Amino acid sequence: MPGPDLLSSQGLRLDGRRPNELRRIRCKLGVFTQPDGSAYLEQGNTKVLAAVYGPHQASKSKSSSEGVVVNCQYSMATFSTGERKNRPRGDRKSQEMSMHLRQALTAAIKTEMYPRSQIDIYVEVLQADGGAYCASVNASTLALIDAGIPLKAYVCSCSASMAYKDGVPEPLLDVGHVEEAAGGVTLTVASLPSTGSIALLELSHRLHSDYFETVLSRAMQGCRDIEIILDKAVREHLAEGWTKQDVITI
Amino acid sequence: MQWTTKTFLTKTKRGNVLKIVREHYLRDDLLCGSAVCNICPHKDDEIVLDNKPESICKLFDFEHYLVLDTNVVLHQIDVLEENALKNIIILQTVLEEVKHQNTAIFQRLLEIVGNKNRKFYSFVNEHHKDTYVERNPHEKQNDRNDRAIRRAASWYASHLLLSKSDFDGKIPQIILLTDDENNRKIAQKEGIVCCTVKEYVENITGFAGLVDKLSKNVIPETCSKDALYPAHLTPSQIHSGIRGGKLYQGTFHASRDNFLEGTAVVSSFDKPILLQGHSGINRAIDGDIVAIEILPKEEWRKPSDIVLEDKADDPGDTLEEEALLNTKVDSEDEITPTGKVVGIIRRKWRQYCGILLPSKFPGATRHLFTPAEKRIPRVRIETRQSDILISQRILVALDSWPRNSRYPLGHFVRSLGPIGDKDAENEVILLEHDVPHARFSEAVLACLPPDDFKIPEEEIKKRVDLRSICICSVDPPGCTDIDDALHARPLPGLSPDGLKTYEVGVHIADVTYFVRPNTALDKEAAARSTTVYLVDRRIDMVPGLLSSNLCSLRGGEERLAFSCVWVVDENANVLSTKFHKSVIKSSSAMTYEEAQIAIDDSTRNDEIASSLRTLNSLAKKLKQKRLDNGALLLASPEIRFQVDSETHDPIEVQAKKIMDTNSMVEEFMLLANVSVAERVATDYPRCALLRRHPSPQPHSFDTFLKAARQQGFELDVSTNKSFSKSLNEAVIPDRPFFNTLLRIMATRCMQQAVYFPSGSRTQEEFYHYGLACPIYTHFTSPIRRYADVIVHRLLAASIGADVSHASLLDTKAADALCDNLNYRHRQAQYAGRASVALNTHILFKNREEIESAVVLAVKRNALQVLIPKYGLEGPIYLPSDKFRYNEEEHVQICGDVILRTFDELTVRLTLDSSNLQHRKLVFQLVKPSIPGVSYIADEQVEKMEIEEIDKKENEKKRKESTGGKNKKKKSKK
Repeated sequence: MPGPDLLSSQGLRLDGRRPNELRRIRCKLGVFTQPDGSAYLEQGNTKVLAAVYGPHQASKSKSSSEGVVVNCQYSMATFSTGERKNRPRGDRKSQEMSMHLRQALTAAIKTEMYPRSQIDIYVEVLQADGGAYCASVNASTLALIDAGIPLKAYVCSCSASMAYKDGVPEPLLDVGHVEEAAGGVTLTVASLPSTGSIALLELSHRLHSDYFETVLSRAMQGCRDIEIILDKAVREHLAEGWTKQDVITI
Repeated sequence: MQWTTKTFLTKTKRGNVLKIVREHYLRDDLLCGSAVCNICPHKDDEIVLDNKPESICKLFDFEHYLVLDTNVVLHQIDVLEENALKNIIILQTVLEEVKHQNTAIFQRLLEIVGNKNRKFYSFVNEHHKDTYVERNPHEKQNDRNDRAIRRAASWYASHLLLSKSDFDGKIPQIILLTDDENNRKIAQKEGIVCCTVKEYVENITGFAGLVDKLSKNVIPETCSKDALYPAHLTPSQIHSGIRGGKLYQGTFHASRDNFLEGTAVVSSFDKPILLQGHSGINRAIDGDIVAIEILPKEEWRKPSDIVLEDKADDPGDTLEEEALLNTKVDSEDEITPTGKVVGIIRRKWRQYCGILLPSKFPGATRHLFTPAEKRIPRVRIETRQSDILISQRILVALDSWPRNSRYPLGHFVRSLGPIGDKDAENEVILLEHDVPHARFSEAVLACLPPDDFKIPEEEIKKRVDLRSICICSVDPPGCTDIDDALHARPLPGLSPDGLKTYEVGVHIADVTYFVRPNTALDKEAAARSTTVYLVDRRIDMVPGLLSSNLCSLRGGEERLAFSCVWVVDENANVLSTKFHKSVIKSSSAMTYEEAQIAIDDSTRNDEIASSLRTLNSLAKKLKQKRLDNGALLLASPEIRFQVDSETHDPIEVQAKKIMDTNSMVEEFMLLANVSVAERVATDYPRCALLRRHPSPQPHSFDTFLKAARQQGFELDVSTNKSFSKSLNEAVIPDRPFFNTLLRIMATRCMQQAVYFPSGSRTQEEFYHYGLACPIYTHFTSPIRRYADVIVHRLLAASIGADVSHASLLDTKAADALCDNLNYRHRQAQYAGRASVALNTHILFKNREEIESAVVLAVKRNALQVLIPKYGLEGPIYLPSDKFRYNEEEHVQICGDVILRTFDELTVRLTLDSSNLQHRKLVFQLVKPSIPGVSYIADEQVEKMEIEEIDKKENEKKRKESTGGKNKKKKSKK
């Protein structure tokens, strides 16, 4: 049975997007000078900062001879949601998010290149409007690239949900807060679009297996779209950064 | 694509103010939908509006499109539904406001927009880059929306003008219809052509009845000129009043007998709140959710026990004296909390059936309308067709009830047909009981298989082939929707206990093969939920091709079935159960009578007869087992009309005959239902659709037990087993109907059985009290009940015969579905009863009869009696100067005559047709004769002999269900 009307009879979503459209993505690399790499990313009203330190020598307890240890810390700013809440770092939700971030990013980083070292990735959500995890992954990718850490491929994340238009199921790409709150299922996927592999897949509720394929393929399509946007941003940044560096170094 | 944000403030539940920022995308790929336009990249099927929209309005002789304001849609939906206005642009601003304010009208609007022929185009102005307007600081939401509508209207005009360059005809203009004067003024300043709906519709040529459907303009509550009623509070006043505890919220129920009285149930009071008089009720209409202020205690009253009907003629806009209502309060405990309505929280108006009152002045356009439902007040409507409508049943919608009008204002919607006409009266029954009965839509019919459908070979391969087995169906005569068939055959082996074993199969029509989930057909069936049986008409749940052909298990034809097959021993113990989809070929579709003859005729030794005999003997054992467990045999008065083949008028009533075969079929259906219930509840602990019958509340039996005691019987109602036992013992040998009567009364003390999803109750609550079984569902009648369709799907998914689908496993959806199923079943039952009542009235036209009757209940001023022969019930009014009512014992005493519950009487029946709207049967007491009260006819003595009660007639068909009456008895549970 159809839930709340996430799709109008004209096929538009509540915010005016079509089902297969992403929110507006704006991003910038190298926003800070202190860390080795940093990025700022907006996905609609969700705004995220990511900073990367390293690779540097790992502390003894963590160090591994196999490869680099990726250390993630996810946190939300007190002012990031409508109702202001003091959010201590390390609450359950943040810890879970940190772990998920680590899983997705470890899949992309060529870890074997830096044994006994560590990469720290700090993600701060400045404004949350749904899809904070996706934005965090995307921002972290950019920050990693900015830091010059070798990656196997871009790792991009995108969510998708289900809605019904006149009783016909239609997956929605890049779910915003309103659509998330409407109670439908949200599928979040982090993937390496150029290789087609999936780094992380999460479902918020139960989803009937009939719909799984379509929702997943829509989310994967979103990842590919995001990759194009990120790639463009990286190229633009490099183009402009190269000229600047040119001036300074030479 | 442009990007902007909408910012607004809301309050959270805790009362904190939140600032909410939402994204809002403005697009440049939205289409205008006009055939004139060559700018927008339309595909052919996306063009809705004509390139030459003909004007039907005299005021505007040029081609134009109409843009509507929100209020126009909200108030004039009946005009819009008429197939007159075309080429209308519905803006998204309007759609959203309508949706927010009234979901029913929103649905109707969607229906119109969805109809391609009507040429309604919904334009997404809110997301179009040129028509989006931002709310200015301090601007009210309404003003902003009006501005958005105006902006869209002027955009359309200029957009179409731009296309002019290479279009060589006239460009359609845009006309804005709005009743808001302010809006019109500003629009005119901005150069938009605008007009009120009234002016526009009154100048339409070619659609005569359209003007009648215009809704009256709403007079604001603040206008106090000639006010008859106190003003209602504003929503914010009501809100703060309820929060502050000064006001209460409740649903208003008007009294059936007294139009100046009503009650409202408020959760914080034990008794319902009494509301009296014009100002106390203050324009609330039955069903409305109202805000109530409780009067001080010294003004509390008791409900008046008088019957008061609105005067027959039109008193104009005045209120009469209400002194009649001021009843004296005798004792403290009789007074009820009394209050007055101070505001309406939500109107629950629907469309009402009824008739026009004859007007005193010929040719007048203002008329009074009397609804068929007694609880609804009369309605003032305007019509120019009163000469035609006066003899018809009509449908009227309410518009408003201003303070200066005695009656609510409404408008004519449509005519249902002449008064007294069978079809029109049936239509009234269906509408008043909210039974969806429109013809099946094209979309639904498109889901049907072709008429000459043959079962595909590959489908047969997937199923178990039972075509060679001798299967037969047993149904009432004339039944065309046969949804079950049976077979039984002896098995070679013996059971572990050394008993003979049999294979018994119940085969149910496989409706879900044809009704696939989420199709238009499925949705329609879900909305209808049940087939409704009227005396002379059947309103199908699924189209006739399925219900009486492809799904009906007719004799000699190959049909798809869902089978439940058991191995049982000769003592009817189930040894194993299996379910599978199958294909069957019924050897014979029999009536109960034919089957009974086949069983009794000892010369018959064919396969059918022997299998029937096996079934019959097993069924008897099953029944005995059930009764031993404490199942109740309940009853309700039931009759069947013998209908004249030409006029379809009832000519005689019969008691339904009951035979062994009825109960034979019933037992196996019960067994199948229970087996299926166990299976689906195990496999789907959260969303299986089950049926429960709650145990009755102990105090609900009080009056019933007292009445039984007066007749000398002590009944034990502590458990269903003890109750069943004591009911069996309560027999008066020379009054055979007495026991049935007891069972009828017992049924009425119980609650209704209901559908529920298994996740919503604990295991103990699954219990079915009437059947005394721990778990139960409906599986055996998928042609006429939607619940069975769902159970079929669950079972099919459970055995792997079909795929499950998401909505089947959605618990929220299951809850909503059950609510609808229960509602529709109740309404279908009421509609069935109303139909019986209607036919009894027709039967008693020009006829009077003297019949034996029994007293069902003793009231203060009347006896409630039942005529067993007709299953009729009604009151005999007793004059208070002759009779004395004993409250303690619930008896009426007059001299040496004492009337008690369950007493037998003789009454005279006639039909009182003086009021066409409410024709009613009049019951008069004949025996025991009391001078001055009883009816005495000249030939009374003779008559008494003729009307000697045929005892056999009284042997009413017994039924166990508390669920309801349907024509098909056997799968009642």
